[in-house]
Amino acid sequence: MSVLLQQLANGVIQGALIALIALGYTMVYGIIQLINFAHGEVFMVASYGGLATFTLLPDDLKKSPAVALPLMFVGGIVVAVLVAVIMERFAYRPLRNAPRLAPLITALGVSVFLQEAVRVWYPDATSNLPYPKVFPEGGLSLGSVNIAWTGVLLVGLSVGLSVILQTYINKSRMGRAMRATAQDPDTAKLMGVNPDRVIVLTFIFGAVLAGVAGVMFGGYLNNINIDMGFQNGIFAFTAAVLGGVGSIRGAVIGAFIIGLIKTLAGQYMPGGTQYDYVWIFVVLILVLVFRPQGLFGEPERVRA
Amino acid sequence: MRKHSVKSAAIVGATLLVVAACGSNKEEGGTAGGSCDTSKGTLTVGVVAPLSGNLSALGIGIKQSAELAVDEANQKCTVKGYKLTVSAQDDEANPAKGAQAATKLSTDPNVVGVVGTLNSSVAQTVQPILRDKKIPQVSPANTNPTLTRGNDFLTAPKRQFDNYFRVCATDDLQGPYAANYLVEKAGKKKIAIITDGKTYGAGLAAELSKQVAKKGGQIVGQETVGEKDTDFSGVIAKVKALAPEAVYYGGEYPAAGPLSKQMASAGLNVPVMGGDGIFDPKFIELGGKEGDLATSVGAPTESLATAKAFVDAYKKKFGKEDYAAYGAFSYDAANAIIGALAKTIDGSAWDESKRDAMLTNVGSYSGSGATGEVKFDQYGDSTNKVLTVYSVTSGKWKDVQTGEFTG
Repeated sequence: MSVLLQQLANGVIQGALIALIALGYTMVYGIIQLINFAHGEVFMVASYGGLATFTLLPDDLKKSPAVALPLMFVGGIVVAVLVAVIMERFAYRPLRNAPRLAPLITALGVSVFLQEAVRVWYPDATSNLPYPKVFPEGGLSLGSVNIAWTGVLLVGLSVGLSVILQTYINKSRMGRAMRATAQDPDTAKLMGVNPDRVIVLTFIFGAVLAGVAGVMFGGYLNNINIDMGFQNGIFAFTAAVLGGVGSIRGAVIGAFIIGLIKTLAGQYMPGGTQYDYVWIFVVLILVLVFRPQGLFGEPERVRA
Repeated sequence: MRKHSVKSAAIVGATLLVVAACGSNKEEGGTAGGSCDTSKGTLTVGVVAPLSGNLSALGIGIKQSAELAVDEANQKCTVKGYKLTVSAQDDEANPAKGAQAATKLSTDPNVVGVVGTLNSSVAQTVQPILRDKKIPQVSPANTNPTLTRGNDFLTAPKRQFDNYFRVCATDDLQGPYAANYLVEKAGKKKIAIITDGKTYGAGLAAELSKQVAKKGGQIVGQETVGEKDTDFSGVIAKVKALAPEAVYYGGEYPAAGPLSKQMASAGLNVPVMGGDGIFDPKFIELGGKEGDLATSVGAPTESLATAKAFVDAYKKKFGKEDYAAYGAFSYDAANAIIGALAKTIDGSAWDESKRDAMLTNVGSYSGSGATGEVKFDQYGDSTNKVLTVYSVTSGKWKDVQTGEFTG
């Protein structure tokens, strides 16, 4: 029983991380129908941004987590947002009206570029880098179940930020503009919505969430490497597809489903941890066979 | 995966340009040993190792140690009439990249031998390419026994590649040696195994588990993690339920360090033990904790009298002692190639017809190197079968037991 509870906790934490990244995939797809494969790298770059911020801090601030930790989040988010805005402006905007394949391939190119850029220019990024110990140590012990404080923080941030995002998109004026652009960009333009602003804002939101995820990833797992964006990006993309690309709620639920499948299948399915990825994709395929639009996706949408 | 091929294509392209620009330049004046006769041109010692990526700390140690050996040979005019250079190729610890690197080296008529690879899985693709061109390959670090003696290495050993040699002991010694230490010395009877499923890690763990059973210990569980996995919480929870007294990790330090750290925070406070793949300072930096164990090939470099000259020279040339786990082995491997080359050439000129003699001379090479005696048996394995157990003590690897595996 305690093993089951521990695995459920592990799965929820993994899901929380994937959810933060998956939101970026799903929002961008919702607005411009682009699978932004470079989004995983935005998450990776944010992690290095947070680490760089810490490295640049004066020594006495390094010792005070209450100052260093928020600054690392700010640093990570700023780097992520800058990268995302530059990426949107110079890589995707010129291709806005190009056939869909062009921006998709550009996204792959941007992804390779970001990975290599960090590898070449970040000191010692050729191998794993340890993350500073400014995060709360230890964790919650419920009987034999251990949950690290960083894991609790990760789940809290993930759920909290998703709710804020969902509310913003449903309630605010800008959120309405985003939904309008997603439904019909041309009509939205006629109604006075500036599509460029909406799209940039979408990229910024995704980057902020990826920034939080990047710094939390370092804190939770204690070290980062340049491949982390690829690996987690694949999971996040899968989560977005599972939940229905374009749906905020779907991406979050899809992410938690994937986190839980990974830990539970590793524990209970034949083949154990060697085949845990297999079950993730088995579930994905089954869902797509019976519900091609994903769990919460809209069945069809006529586009202009 | 497709991202990787794009990336590597670009890198290989760039590398080719750079190497083409500086390769086979016979006029290049040597900075060292200006007094040597280098009128016949330049010959190249190839290096294939991971120079980028997670294992680059080990790979760069291999490359620089080979460079040191070549520099010294140039200074001492070891190979008459020729200047030696090193051509180091990055294999990114990836068998496909290793094959590209080997192909590139094998098409250069001036390459007389190759030091490498680090990974046993990469060696599997490099071996046949170099064999076809009769280029000797001397590995400082491959520990998988099948590379020299085939799949039935214990019952029916058979030489696999007549161009392949190595200067380090193998996993059929390393795994059981670790098992003996765990069960007999440390008194850990219940052992859980986690591997990354690659040639090296899985092979090492398999050899360990056989010996654990023989010594009366018990393997309570066996799990596999993905090579790029970063969150091991699922595996750890599963292993924790089996209440092991120690966890043996078959794989390398980029995963082993974080694994050890995550085990501790999940409340599984037992030592992690691994092979030479986790024996690196980076393991501790990435989360390896006090009391974690590793076996490695050879005696501790710092403790060997024969190694002192190497360590001093390395420090003088590169400023830091970052020769890593295989530096001394790589230095010996390069010297075996250089020694055999000197014997092969012996005043004559190098050409393709010398390749057979070169292979024979590497096979019969005998010298005293940084790791002790360097000699090869009939399979190409090192006759030096010394192994050492290390333990993390006050944030550093400290040797606790050195010896040969005796059963």
